[in-house]
Amino acid sequence: MSDGFDPAAGPSRRKLLKCMMWGSAGVLWAVSGGVPQPFQLDGEALAAGPAPGDFTFMQISDTHIGFKGPVNPDPGGTLKEALAKVAAVRPAMLLHTGDVSHLAKPEEFELAAAIMKGANLETHYVPGEHDTIGDKGKSFFERFGNEKSTSGWYSFDQGGVHFIGLVNVVDLRPGGLGYLGPEQIKWLEDDVKGKSASTPIVVFAHMPLWTVSANWGWGTDDAAPAIDLLKRFGSVTVLNGHIHQVIQKVEGNVSLRTAYSTAFPQAAPDTPGASPGPLKVAAEQLKSMLGVRRVDVVHDKPVMLTDATLAS
Amino acid sequence: MVASKPGRRCVIVLGAVAVLLLFSGSWLGWRSLAAASSPADVVINDYKFGPATLTVPRGTKVTWTNKDDDVHTVASDGDPKLFKSPALDTDDSFAFTFTEAGTFKYFCSIHPRLQGSVVVE
Repeated sequence: MSDGFDPAAGPSRRKLLKCMMWGSAGVLWAVSGGVPQPFQLDGEALAAGPAPGDFTFMQISDTHIGFKGPVNPDPGGTLKEALAKVAAVRPAMLLHTGDVSHLAKPEEFELAAAIMKGANLETHYVPGEHDTIGDKGKSFFERFGNEKSTSGWYSFDQGGVHFIGLVNVVDLRPGGLGYLGPEQIKWLEDDVKGKSASTPIVVFAHMPLWTVSANWGWGTDDAAPAIDLLKRFGSVTVLNGHIHQVIQKVEGNVSLRTAYSTAFPQAAPDTPGASPGPLKVAAEQLKSMLGVRRVDVVHDKPVMLTDATLAS
Repeated sequence: MVASKPGRRCVIVLGAVAVLLLFSGSWLGWRSLAAASSPADVVINDYKFGPATLTVPRGTKVTWTNKDDDVHTVASDGDPKLFKSPALDTDDSFAFTFTEAGTFKYFCSIHPRLQGSVVVE
């Protein structure tokens, strides 16, 4: 949530200090119409319910049900904690940006579905590469897929926003990154054709739709042609998962941001000596590295993203 | 060499020790030779296949073992796939026997930057 940063007045000393404090904790800057606005990762605002007339939804990601690594032997427990944070906001709906399961096993999908059901929230899913192992996502789509979609990708309208769920984790090519494929990009072109440029667009997909790190496979090979199709819109928000940390890129009207996992953290991209796998952290540190995202859509204002950790 | 009675016993004991040493030495030698001549194992660790290129004689069964904290797969390049493992969690293994000569490239189908090859001679 913005902390009332007024670029004309300049920040008060206290706010500046607070900003600097966030700087070390991971402050991020959103750019809307060229004006940077700070938003905090530690979401005090998360506890407040939605303002009347506004549309608030939330995002969770990388729940990895079935993961048994020492950093978090109970990803079901941390998912429940994440859903409790979601419930406190009372959002209109929830997006899950993939890696619902760890190994795409039926029992993992079953447990994940049971926990998610506890949230009692309309939820829209896209798969991660862990969900599509072995069957290109067949069993994932049967359980979590959009009913009207035959391909896995889909769109819908809610709260005046056009939502687009993309699949970039199937048919990955040797040496490559995430992949959308020409069929999906053509579908996207048709999907947004004729839509007014003032329609806010929210895209959600598992792997980042820009290259965070080529070495670590954190990107999507054919993201650029997909993003190009959206550049004419005044407000495009791209929500990704996969890298288990919050990183943002802003390109004109297109703002792309990855999300926390609810299961385990990963190292900052290209950290020497590290790999893109689970990051081992001390038990008391874990919950400060897992989290959820609140998204507020207010008429005629930039879409506002607030990331909050499970420790906050 | 002529030896007194206790001396002869000593020789016998020494001989037995020598035989034992010889035997165990050759056994150890055989073991290390066996290990060196069957590098038909690939270990997956830190998002890498090791060795990235493995050369084996025809008919060799190659076993991949995942020692990484993350899940990986082993899938041959191209379509249809010559071999494709299920999800390999930590400590899971997958094996494939190469019956034909050639260079077989493979990758992890969920982390496609991980690549390796098996050269069958």
